[in-house]
Amino acid sequence: MTAKPVTITVDGESVRTESGRSVAAALTLEQQRTAWRSTRFNQEPRGLFCGIGACFDCLITVDGTPGLRGCMVQVEDGMSVETDKS
Amino acid sequence: MTGGVQEAEAAPAEVFDVAVVGAGPAGLAAAGEAAAAGCSVLLVDAGTQFGGQYWRHAAPEAEDTDPGRWHHGWSIYQRLTQRVRDAVDVGRIRHLASTHVVSVRREQAGGDGAEGFLLQASLLPEAQKPGSYQAPQLLQARALILCPGTYDRQLPVPGWTLPGVMAAGGVQAFIKTQGAAPGRRVVLAGTGPFLLSAAASVIHAGAEVAAICESNSLTGWFPGGAAAALVPSKAAEGAGYVALLAKHRVPYYRSTAVTAIHGDAAREGAVRSVTVSALDASGTPVPGSGREVNDVDVVGLGWGFVPQPELLLQLGAQTTLDEDGSLVGVADADQSSSIPRLYLAGEITGVAGAAAAVAEGRIAGRAASSSVGQAVRAGVADIQDRATRAAHRRFASVMQKAHPIPEGWTQWLEDETLICRCEEVPWETARAAAEELSAEEPRGLKGSTRIGMGWCQGRMCGFAAQCLSKKAHVGEGGASSGREAEHAAALSAAKRPLAVPMRLGDLAEEPELTQE
Repeated sequence: MTAKPVTITVDGESVRTESGRSVAAALTLEQQRTAWRSTRFNQEPRGLFCGIGACFDCLITVDGTPGLRGCMVQVEDGMSVETDKS
Repeated sequence: MTGGVQEAEAAPAEVFDVAVVGAGPAGLAAAGEAAAAGCSVLLVDAGTQFGGQYWRHAAPEAEDTDPGRWHHGWSIYQRLTQRVRDAVDVGRIRHLASTHVVSVRREQAGGDGAEGFLLQASLLPEAQKPGSYQAPQLLQARALILCPGTYDRQLPVPGWTLPGVMAAGGVQAFIKTQGAAPGRRVVLAGTGPFLLSAAASVIHAGAEVAAICESNSLTGWFPGGAAAALVPSKAAEGAGYVALLAKHRVPYYRSTAVTAIHGDAAREGAVRSVTVSALDASGTPVPGSGREVNDVDVVGLGWGFVPQPELLLQLGAQTTLDEDGSLVGVADADQSSSIPRLYLAGEITGVAGAAAAVAEGRIAGRAASSSVGQAVRAGVADIQDRATRAAHRRFASVMQKAHPIPEGWTQWLEDETLICRCEEVPWETARAAAEELSAEEPRGLKGSTRIGMGWCQGRMCGFAAQCLSKKAHVGEGGASSGREAEHAAALSAAKRPLAVPMRLGDLAEEPELTQE
């Protein structure tokens, strides 16, 4: 493994991770977060579930585009990530 | 605008001989074979890289020098992809990565007057670059091979929406792509040999497996042990898992299910423990048998796999209900569906694993090539593929019989347990609706409760909805009509207007035929 260091911002906070990570994995591994979204009706916390793009539980805003699947977006240096619940 | 139209008339869109949807084991094999037969091939895949779910691996940016360590049959993957890449290099295969086929319909394609297929393909929203939006495109092919693969099958359980609860396949996908486990101490639960594979991944990633809960007794394997023994690779794989789990002293519970998952209110409700309960012979939790497994931060749930039937259903191909209750396409010995020039390979014909998928893909690739006039010599390889397919199908049949869904799974639900994660429909609402369902109205559960109408379009709750609808129908006729009712329930649960959710803007736009 010779992944390169990558820095993203999550809700304005600088987070160091590495190339090849998904956004969901960066939140999970670097921030120990398991949830970054609230459900519409019960305001329940949600994060990764299916992990392969089928369930849409891990939705997140990346560089201003909302509603992207965190498990399907790969981190890039300087990427700005916004969660549903900062 | 006018110029564009004239241009379109002057330069007819390319018609591919064969389109392949999916680049997992079946799709890679199919595309490689069709290209070798001399066809022009379109290979459309949602993945950023080849491999599908089975051979899902780290992104190139991770610069993982040994992705094969997470995989079985990695050398087969390398051979298949090398063949496809070589064909891409010489322009024989056109590969569209990160692309979903949203819809497909039959249409005249090519000069021979025969019907072909018109595919609407859309770049994943996650792959769109800001400022350079790529609109959906229409693509034509004379023959079509569907290899859409599967995702994990789920059954609701109290607490399954808590953070830290994942699909068992999701846990493994995380490890295969990230080279690290999503948590520290993992419980895997559900049914089937895949739980062992997922557990092995967790251990290889350096995390702990707190328990594996297999809902079945496994006695079901013994009557079919002969079929299992006919597939030495499966026996060796299984023996490898058993040795690894024994070495790491992983508790493996049979006839046991996770019947509740508990969160820690101080940490956004993230998982902290699970309740495991014994199941009786009918698959119903034994009252009072529950005990806690504590200090857990990830739960991986898997009850088998759901083949993705959307495109098959859009084309109106014949389906059936497999032994495991999956809605699958009917395919003949050449992997041909009920529709001319539509071929099916891999799990869409029944969940049987990667080796069967590769064999089916190769057979389908040859058959599709023949159907568009590219003569294929059926040699020894074809005989071998058919033998491999037969052996693995027998194995799969034994596996499916040994790992049924516990009949009494609804017993572990609580009134407030969500059945539909997206629309947040609780069990009490679903149960009331299911009891009122009539056989004349198979879509009633969806219509009256919004189950399956959210973001995932019923992909997570579809199997549960199918079981609930079936239960409502059984008793209104004999055993055979019960099976028919389940098939109808499966069809209604799987019916989606589009194969993947799309942006409304994309729906409104009429894509133009792609020019070459």
